[in-house]
Amino acid sequence: MTYLAKPKLHPPALTKNTVGYPRRDYEGKISTLCAGCGHDSISASIVQACWELDIEPHRVAKLSGIGCSSKTPDYFLGNSHGFNSVHGRMPSVLTGANLANRELIYMGVSGDGDSASIGIGQFAHAMRRGINMVYIVENNGVYGLTKGQFSATADKGSKSKRGVVNSDEPLDMIGMALLLGATYVARSFSGDKKQLVPLIKGAIEHKGAAFIDVVSPCVAFNNHAGSTKSYEYVRQHNEAVNRLDFIEGRDEITADYAPGETITVEQHDGTFLRLRKLAADHDPTDRVKTMNFVQEHAAKGEVVTGLLYVDPKAVDLHEHMNTVETPLNQLTAKELCPGSAALAKINASLR
Amino acid sequence: MKQISAVNDFVVKFANVNGSGSASANELFARSILRMGVPVSPRNIFPSNIQGLPTWYEVRVTEAGYLGRRGGVDMMVAMNPQTWDKDIKEISPGGYLFYDNSKPMPKSKFRDDVNVIGMPLTEICNATYSDPRQRQLFKNIIYVGALSALLQIDPAVIEKLFAEQYKGKEALLQSNIKALHLGRDYALKNLQCPSGLTVKAANNVGDKIFIDGNSAAALGAVYGGASVCAWYPITPSSSLAEAFIAYCRKMRAEPETGKSRYAIIQAEDELASIGMAIGAGWNGARSFTATSGPGISLMTEFIGLAYFAEIPVVLVDVQRGGPSTGMPTRTQQSDLLACAYASHGDTKHVLLFPEDPTECFEMTAQALELAERLQTPVFVMTDLDIGMNTRLCRPFSWDDKAQYDRGKVMTYDMLEGGADFGRYKDVDGDGIPYRTYPGTHPQLGAYFTRGTTKDTYARYSEAGPDYIENVTRLLKKFDTAKKLVPQPVLTKAKGEARFGALYYGSTSPAMTEALDVLAAQGIHVDAMRVRGFPFAQEVKEFVMSHPGTFIIEQNRDAQLKTMLVTEEQINVDRLISVLHYDGTPITARFIADQIANHIAAHTVVPMKKAAS
Repeated sequence: MTYLAKPKLHPPALTKNTVGYPRRDYEGKISTLCAGCGHDSISASIVQACWELDIEPHRVAKLSGIGCSSKTPDYFLGNSHGFNSVHGRMPSVLTGANLANRELIYMGVSGDGDSASIGIGQFAHAMRRGINMVYIVENNGVYGLTKGQFSATADKGSKSKRGVVNSDEPLDMIGMALLLGATYVARSFSGDKKQLVPLIKGAIEHKGAAFIDVVSPCVAFNNHAGSTKSYEYVRQHNEAVNRLDFIEGRDEITADYAPGETITVEQHDGTFLRLRKLAADHDPTDRVKTMNFVQEHAAKGEVVTGLLYVDPKAVDLHEHMNTVETPLNQLTAKELCPGSAALAKINASLR
Repeated sequence: MKQISAVNDFVVKFANVNGSGSASANELFARSILRMGVPVSPRNIFPSNIQGLPTWYEVRVTEAGYLGRRGGVDMMVAMNPQTWDKDIKEISPGGYLFYDNSKPMPKSKFRDDVNVIGMPLTEICNATYSDPRQRQLFKNIIYVGALSALLQIDPAVIEKLFAEQYKGKEALLQSNIKALHLGRDYALKNLQCPSGLTVKAANNVGDKIFIDGNSAAALGAVYGGASVCAWYPITPSSSLAEAFIAYCRKMRAEPETGKSRYAIIQAEDELASIGMAIGAGWNGARSFTATSGPGISLMTEFIGLAYFAEIPVVLVDVQRGGPSTGMPTRTQQSDLLACAYASHGDTKHVLLFPEDPTECFEMTAQALELAERLQTPVFVMTDLDIGMNTRLCRPFSWDDKAQYDRGKVMTYDMLEGGADFGRYKDVDGDGIPYRTYPGTHPQLGAYFTRGTTKDTYARYSEAGPDYIENVTRLLKKFDTAKKLVPQPVLTKAKGEARFGALYYGSTSPAMTEALDVLAAQGIHVDAMRVRGFPFAQEVKEFVMSHPGTFIIEQNRDAQLKTMLVTEEQINVDRLISVLHYDGTPITARFIADQIANHIAAHTVVPMKKAAS
């Protein structure tokens, strides 16, 4: 961690976004994670994405479970409400929060221990229900806070810092998200901010369950030779399938690319995702083929990154439930209480 | 032979096979007596099964309005060969056995001291209907018809109930009326009618309503402003969430759009259901979950979070027999300790104890209010006996002028006006801090909610003084709750009372009756019904004003007594437990016997009198 607090006073020259905030206003408390931790880079990418999207910081609710990753919501968007819940249960708390007020942006931050082990059930059901959220798993294959035990995403055959070889099959969160109905599925690497920031922006704008698996090396316990989640290993095996340009509004589409090199996906809200294709055989709008694609590359030892799947027609849980546009937490007795006349009728029917 | 003779005061028990369609016929029977102005108290005794296992329906006819289970059976309607022997045994001497005598039965299968009324139900059905399902269903209506003749129930009342039930379905209406008279006519012609048990029109029902506690609690949640419900199916609470769904569909649609002013999720488990309810409570919607004991066990970690992070949420615990899976379809009051002190570390929670469906309605609405005022989980401690049986009770009422009190919520204007916002700061001396809803203000009022310790400004802190400040304030808040929870109800004995009796929840109707029984024996007992935890001041005062106080509970370990001793530092010697925990609802007979025996054993009889 760094002990150097950044000055609170901003020089007037800082560039502001269209809602009037400099990027510094999207930062949070000073991180208490280890220097070089991949999670801090992800926090920085979240800051960048929210600033670039002109989101007012207080309109984001950030929720997490327990673990190193789950501490990070304290380190970004300091003017947002945060909720550090219980281990593996962020999805349910976020679901309830989302039901209460559909107007906020819900950012769920979790880790591989929090989501793939104790929280695998809640992860699965949140994906199934299509809650409008960004679900980021900061995946380092190891339990950091409890000092170096394998997590459920550790690859079979990978070696712990103490030299133990993992004999369990890894839990494939990307594969599960695809199978369970997530409508925006991406993987990235904490060390590749250029790739990660647009993926987060796309996820925020996506209406539905957006899942991003971010491989995020643990410098303290999982960055050694024999680890498959180290900076070195991920850089060598990273196979980016596309580069995402996130575009708001219709007008900005320009024909910079030769036909066949890009895919443009119109989202539910009218925004566009433009993908510069890096892998010719990958179609990110085909869920079944994507599942095959990811598995084939995984079998070759490659970590496929990029926007792997997006369903542009996705709808969220509120749409499924047909809830009112007004956030439920703003309804008063006038809207919620049927009143004494209705009660008298009920009484009469019970005699 | 002796024949029990009673007017408007007897028990009829139906022994049926689960899934045979008997439930609606039996309820029709109960309702017809109610419509004659005579109170009834029916109870389902059912297995954890959908089809095939035995099920019973016990109707107590009680002009005096004693709605507790009486015990004993005056007439058995024995429709289930599987349980025949057990059912026959249960009939009081001089009572009546009504059965289907289509097939001859050996004499050894009967008792000499009960009045046997045989009727060829199967034969009549087979002769009248060709469809097997109709034969089954109308058999039930035919026996209701026969009972109407045997017990002098007005057939016009039953026909009216049919007319209400089958409004617009003329064919169904007519076929039911036909079946009713088929049974009635046979009985009038071939059986000795009336029997010794009869119903006589009275005027003791008044404006009371007839509803189950789970539906009433669900309605209370609608009126109390719950907009988020997350639940997981578990007996005996599932029908509560299902009733909430049904009421919301009817009464919570936005008129202009038809869209839902509620969100209900059937979660993947109880961990998720309480998590969702807490998430919604954190974000400013009134939310609740309904569950039973095993669900409470699973929710315990989250309950600790909501207690420590101070998040409003309501849990309706429809208690059943524990521990573990226990007796899923039987009643108990055995989750008090599990709820009152749920979760690791030092915790205490607010509990409300409804006595009947009316209070399920009132207290569920009140719990939603209290949860927000106190910013903490609030439990409504109902049970299977109240939850899943239709009960005659006071009609619901609602004050239209009442606005929801959302508790201490700091608004945009307050923050803008310079209010000092410390999420866990005691501003008013009642231990209740202010909170903000997420998204309130661009620069002010955001905080980080966590289950870890923190200072008054919600900043992470493991410093001892911060922790002490926090947990002692929570105690102060709990103390504030004493005056906010429903206050106890005192029933003073008519004569001089040496003993007191404390009771709560579904024990209430049996207790009311037991007090009358005891008074008739010259035993006068003051009674207090506890309605909330933390205990109001009056509870301790009541105990201290009697040399001995009975505590009547439906659990093995005297859980309320444990709480009283712990919280109020009452000497355990002053408290005498009366405990009933076999899974059946407690009866007045049991309570009165236990109290009378104890008093007899501990009353010093003067030497002279003893000698004479």
